[in-house]
Amino acid sequence: MAKLNVNGAVMEVTAHPDTPLLWVLREQIGLTGTKYGCGVAQCGACTVHIDGQAVRACSVPLSAVNDTQMIVTIEGLSPNGMHPVQVAWRELDVPQCGYCQSGMIMAAAALLADKKNPTDADIDAAMTNICRCGTYNRVRAGIKQAAQTRQG
Amino acid sequence: MTLHDVTSPATRPSRRTLLKGAAAGLVVGFHLPAAKALAQGAAPAAAVPEINAWVVIRPDDTVVLRMARSEMGQGTRTGLAQLIAEELHCDWSKIVTEYVTPGQSLARNRAWGNFQTAGSQGIRQSQDYVRRGGATARVMLINAAAAQWQATPEHCVAKEGVVTHRPTGRTLRYGQIAEAASKQLVPQTVALKDPSAWTVIGTSKPRLDTADKTTGKLIYGSDLKMPGMLLAAVQQCPVFGGKVKSFDASKVKDMPGVRHVLQAGDNTVCVVGDTWWQAKTALDALPVEWDYGPNRNVSSETIAAMLREGLTASEAFVGNTQGDAKAAIAGAARKVEATYGYPFQNHAPMEPMNATVVWTPTRCDVWCPTQNGEAALAAAAAAAGLPQTACEVHRVDLGGGFGRRTTHDWLTQAVLIAKQVPGVPIKMLWSREEDMVQGRYHPVTMCKMTAGLDAQGNLTGLHVRISGQSILSYVFPNALQNGRDPVTFQGLNPTGAEGQFGYTIPNLLVDHAMRNTHVPPHFWRGVNHNQNAIYVECFMDELAHAAGQDPLAFRRKLMANHPKHLAVLNAVAERIGWDKPAPAGVFRGLAQQMGFGSYVAAAAEVSVDAAGKLKMHRIVAATDCGVAVNPRQIEMQVEGSFSYGLSALLHGECTVKDGAIVETNFDTYNVLRIDEMPKVETIVMPSGGFWGGVGEPTIMVAAPAVLNAIFAATGKRIRQVPIKDQDLKRA
Repeated sequence: MAKLNVNGAVMEVTAHPDTPLLWVLREQIGLTGTKYGCGVAQCGACTVHIDGQAVRACSVPLSAVNDTQMIVTIEGLSPNGMHPVQVAWRELDVPQCGYCQSGMIMAAAALLADKKNPTDADIDAAMTNICRCGTYNRVRAGIKQAAQTRQG
Repeated sequence: MTLHDVTSPATRPSRRTLLKGAAAGLVVGFHLPAAKALAQGAAPAAAVPEINAWVVIRPDDTVVLRMARSEMGQGTRTGLAQLIAEELHCDWSKIVTEYVTPGQSLARNRAWGNFQTAGSQGIRQSQDYVRRGGATARVMLINAAAAQWQATPEHCVAKEGVVTHRPTGRTLRYGQIAEAASKQLVPQTVALKDPSAWTVIGTSKPRLDTADKTTGKLIYGSDLKMPGMLLAAVQQCPVFGGKVKSFDASKVKDMPGVRHVLQAGDNTVCVVGDTWWQAKTALDALPVEWDYGPNRNVSSETIAAMLREGLTASEAFVGNTQGDAKAAIAGAARKVEATYGYPFQNHAPMEPMNATVVWTPTRCDVWCPTQNGEAALAAAAAAAGLPQTACEVHRVDLGGGFGRRTTHDWLTQAVLIAKQVPGVPIKMLWSREEDMVQGRYHPVTMCKMTAGLDAQGNLTGLHVRISGQSILSYVFPNALQNGRDPVTFQGLNPTGAEGQFGYTIPNLLVDHAMRNTHVPPHFWRGVNHNQNAIYVECFMDELAHAAGQDPLAFRRKLMANHPKHLAVLNAVAERIGWDKPAPAGVFRGLAQQMGFGSYVAAAAEVSVDAAGKLKMHRIVAATDCGVAVNPRQIEMQVEGSFSYGLSALLHGECTVKDGAIVETNFDTYNVLRIDEMPKVETIVMPSGGFWGGVGEPTIMVAAPAVLNAIFAATGKRIRQVPIKDQDLKRA
């Protein structure tokens, strides 16, 4: 039995301590917005926030987290999907298939929390998530638009 | 078959309890219309009031538009809705869409036509009948309103979901008359609007499905949950054609969460567990012995040797011929020759292959992301050992497709597993590693280009000799034409919407020495255009340089009879400023190609630094797809095509060792990321009068435009994809 704080709620989960956080979120807690893409921290589809930092949940074992850490998933990023990144994403029609977008949005939100006005180089460095449909240019535009909104 | 069953019958939900659970709303995160309808015993196709197969209008004015093609990110759902709405005159804000099932279509004499979502055909090959569906429904709604008013239909107009009787100003909303409209006689003929009257087609409507993709709410196949569901992890023999020899289930059957350890077909081992992670953990620990079959000695090197032999083989299938190319080249003032190659590549959609199946001796239901519902139904029924009428495929949106999900090896596998656990919902999910090594790959080919130039540098003869795989030989062998695979010649054909060659050359020979391997090829976004466009467009660049001519001017001389090909090429040349110098240190390349019914061209700007590092700054694309249904969607497809095509150019390669694919994840099969993505400028220039695709065409010109720019920057000809391990330092 382990205790986690996910999206502001403390919950108990029963899983082997080696179980990746991704699979605890998806299979134990039932939050399927966080996606499996590679399992080896390459693609970022499983990006969540732990204490505000973007991390790849496929490579964080359950044993490495506890209920003093705030885990936030796409479902908990904002009430009603109104985080500036989510709003910008809808305004620019960023997603194509959408499968990678939970991870993209979580990575973008963490970037903006860290840097109010990210440069292209900041975006290149922070956004290493894989999208196969080809949303990269709209992801970049969406981050810049969200940055503007937050300051407006 | 080995089945270690540790589930007691009492814990297995019957299909009846499963469906009762679904109807009672016990299914967490599982809210598909098809599933609800199934649970309630009523198919949505029978929902009232259905005006016709394409249009349902509810009393609250919600307009339900039915979709036969699948949504995988390419925007087909929104585009098809625009086509229907253009003729239906409904309120766009009231539109929702739903997938019809292939089983319903089968029961209604294929009322929804083709389900295939591939070949950039979703819009172009259904536009006529879906628009007619919208127009027919509109006429029936008007007739129903007129009947209620005892008025003449000609005096009524429909707009924004409201019918107005012009002489009196009376109005009725679609929701109020839908029931009556559904009972109206179906008009035998309806006139479609003239394009000049379109108000929905040609506009950049926002996508209908974006919101749930920003909140994590959209349910993909891999997210499905059902009461009593168990999870399956699989491993297939890593050598194609190999089999399971034996496995020792006793080593893993007591591991946490393990329910069954079994074999599916002759080549797959599987662990079924309470969670996927538990199943996968046990599968990784399962001792398996494989019978690798006859292909254990095949490697990338042996395949390359076979292809090289085909480059000069005497026998080859002819794809296009004019005059006498061999004689013209032999007698030419100057001969130019180059050999190119294109490797195996994995589609690598972000969502790995998956399917959820409930099998009983009398019924099989499948939930899966598929690019072809009808083919999925056929595959499911065959594996289930049941007639198609006893099976159903419930579609969910795809986490990427790119061609991989037009074939259903993974679904067959899932059904064969579910069959051994009757009545229990089984969700099978592939690991990324399984997805990488059990792909259906971009075909491997080489190409020998040989040309003759006269003393003035005019191209007098061209021989394109392709050596390599035929997709149809694996996928649809019945479609071969006396052994010849016509799909091999995409973009090199004398005529036709799927790829008309854009140059007039007095002596031309395009032929194919078919050399197949045990690695299964498949349709891969852009398909054979990808390599054919590199072969032709890069070699055209080589010929222009050999003739001492500008690559644009050299092409133009050969394109006088191909005005649409030329128009897009001219458009990108103008936008990039071909006649003006590029910025310092930046170099340009061009390419054009016609395929999937559309004409496309690209102009790229790149730089290569002293260390040989490539930077793609900017790429301009022009598309003439005849009719542009949604210009913003086209821009997104152009950007996506560049992303996919440039990823293939920079990184995409699956190699073969000991008969198996070597690259097992994104660490070794790298793909393009945001830092490598160039700026994209899209010119949408529909010339009208035809309907072309947009999901794939631009990918054809992505790689050759950049390769030609790399030559301009470095003086080096890169003739083998990918460029990741090649030295780009200036020659």
